[in-house]
Amino acid sequence: MIDFDSVSRLYGDRPAVADVSLRVGTGEIAVIVGTSGSGKTTLLRMVNRLVEPSSGRILIGGRDNRTLPAHALRRGIGYAIQGHGLFPHRTVAENIATVPSLLGWDAKRISARVDELLSLFHLDPALFRDRMPHQLSGGQQQRIGVARALAAEPPVLLMDEPFGALDPIIREKAQEDLLAIQKAYGTTIILVTHDMDEALHLGTRIGVMDAGRLVQYDVPHAIVAAPATDFVRSLLGAGDRAFHLLSLSTVEEMIESGEAPGAAIPADMSMRAALSESLWSRREALPVAKDGRVIGRVTRAALERRGAGPQ
Amino acid sequence: MAEPAFAASRRALIDPLGATLAAIVAIAFLFQPLMLLRPNRIAPAQGAFAWEALPGLQPMACGIITALVVLILISRADARLRLAAAVAGLVGLGLAVGSGASHLLPPGSAYARVAPGAGAWLALFALSLATGDALVRLRLSPSGRIAALVVAAGVLAGFLASGLWSDLSVLREYASRSDAFLRELWVHAGLSVFSLLAAVVVGVPLAMLLRRVATLRRAALAALNVLQTIPSMALFGLLIAPLAWIGAHVPGAAALGIAGIGVAPAFIALFAYSLLPIVGSTIAGFEAVSERTREAADAMGMTAWQKLLRVELPLALPVILTGVRIVLVQNIGLSVIAGLVGGGGLGVFVFQGISQTATDLVLLGALPTVAMAFAAGIVFDALIDLSRRQETR
Repeated sequence: MIDFDSVSRLYGDRPAVADVSLRVGTGEIAVIVGTSGSGKTTLLRMVNRLVEPSSGRILIGGRDNRTLPAHALRRGIGYAIQGHGLFPHRTVAENIATVPSLLGWDAKRISARVDELLSLFHLDPALFRDRMPHQLSGGQQQRIGVARALAAEPPVLLMDEPFGALDPIIREKAQEDLLAIQKAYGTTIILVTHDMDEALHLGTRIGVMDAGRLVQYDVPHAIVAAPATDFVRSLLGAGDRAFHLLSLSTVEEMIESGEAPGAAIPADMSMRAALSESLWSRREALPVAKDGRVIGRVTRAALERRGAGPQ
Repeated sequence: MAEPAFAASRRALIDPLGATLAAIVAIAFLFQPLMLLRPNRIAPAQGAFAWEALPGLQPMACGIITALVVLILISRADARLRLAAAVAGLVGLGLAVGSGASHLLPPGSAYARVAPGAGAWLALFALSLATGDALVRLRLSPSGRIAALVVAAGVLAGFLASGLWSDLSVLREYASRSDAFLRELWVHAGLSVFSLLAAVVVGVPLAMLLRRVATLRRAALAALNVLQTIPSMALFGLLIAPLAWIGAHVPGAAALGIAGIGVAPAFIALFAYSLLPIVGSTIAGFEAVSERTREAADAMGMTAWQKLLRVELPLALPVILTGVRIVLVQNIGLSVIAGLVGGGGLGVFVFQGISQTATDLVLLGALPTVAMAFAAGIVFDALIDLSRRQETR
């Protein structure tokens, strides 16, 4: 869907992005992780040409993104930024309608789309349509920012630290919303963050940027199991690797038959949470339930084996 | 223990600002003459207190109204009652001044002049402040404030049209030059408004250009700053020589009315004074639009024009309008000087009056100028509030 082909961007002599090639498949979430100054935001902004590459090219759906005028290209790409960037002089509905009205949708279609998106983000349209951005909480503003980015049903969505300004509980909720919406629309997403936990949670693939270079681009499992450089290892946090690995899978794939005492855990619980529950409740094995029925058990010993690194 | 309670009860009973204004009204009524009588328009004046100037039972009515207004202003009455009292006081004052003029004027005398005295002016000052204060306390919406202005203008027009004030000296001056007055009033308004429009047409695009080029901006703002510091009299004078030369030598310039004296130098000077506030407030307005908001506009796929018209201008508008308000009020005042260089306007009467030591003639020029500036300020404050759709957090 999106191909970066030897893309570089120089500021003076200093490369902000140096020779990056990567491919994001249709319907995938590619998360670009890096420290500040690593070039991750510059890389993202070259997709919709807020920044032009110094060399290399970017293909979207096989077409060079410079074949269209910048403004026309951008209307087909959703963009959500940290701190939302809502227009302070426009109502919630007007903000969400920005791209559809630039595309010349008729008023009825726009209004229906605004209500649909507000409902999707759990905001009552009757209550929120006519509010001004400053009347919203931080979490609500962030949701409107994402709703605005999705308004014209773009096949591609770019997100620059979209959850950075949110407190942990609201952030987790926003991440779940994003995953649900991505599933519903099949949108291809490139998301930039400095938070490796967020990357592991959301990413189909994770790209790690260091000083303008893409040092590793792979599925989360591979990133955790085999970090390509010390920098990737340090982003993962030396002490948490086993838990990162466990958090990537659910217990469903390791259910074994047998009995176990106490309350059952759901089959879609992460292995990490299951291990924690096993330790906390002092049970060597936990019953697993799916659709309200106990279908087997997981043992602490099996969980420990899954968390072991390569020998 | 008793003292705080006493202080609290005193605070609850007396309105500090209202008490001050009430004191001024009372002093104006008791110790200052309501009217001034002159045997002719430049002779020394003789004062007449309210009870000397008014016929029959009117002094008593006047006293009762004054006492009521004073009591209401002192008390902590709510804003509506205060407004009613202040407006009643103003209308009563208008009636008293008109009645006093007719009563004091010797029948058949063409030369004698009656004008409002210090008491009338003081009361006008205090009651106007009380009205404004009450309006502020009512927290009127922008359209409500415009409506209040229209009502006030209507009442004023009613007084002028009714003939109640026609024996006042200022209106005597008006009566003998009503044609000239209307003409100069329009010249005055035209000078103020059109020099402002020209400054907006030039200044706003200039500011948008300067915003992009930092070095040019510093130079231009420095130049405009210097221009602003030239005293207005001097600037009008400085323009006479070059404009006279242009009028005499550039073909067609004279036909456009460009000459050393007249409307052209007045217009150009006003335009020059308007430019800095317009350019400055436009730059400030655009700078107040956050980088994030601009970037969002780009990222949504707006063209440069769409970004300007849909995002930047609406967000900068309140600040730009603040500059326009300053310039309009300033121009209405400065246009008086145009009278000195043959540019016309209400300044004509002011300078004629000064040269003839005829205070009434000065007032004929000055009072409408003040009223115009006042009205322009109120209208623009309301427009600024209306343009500020987003609140500042």
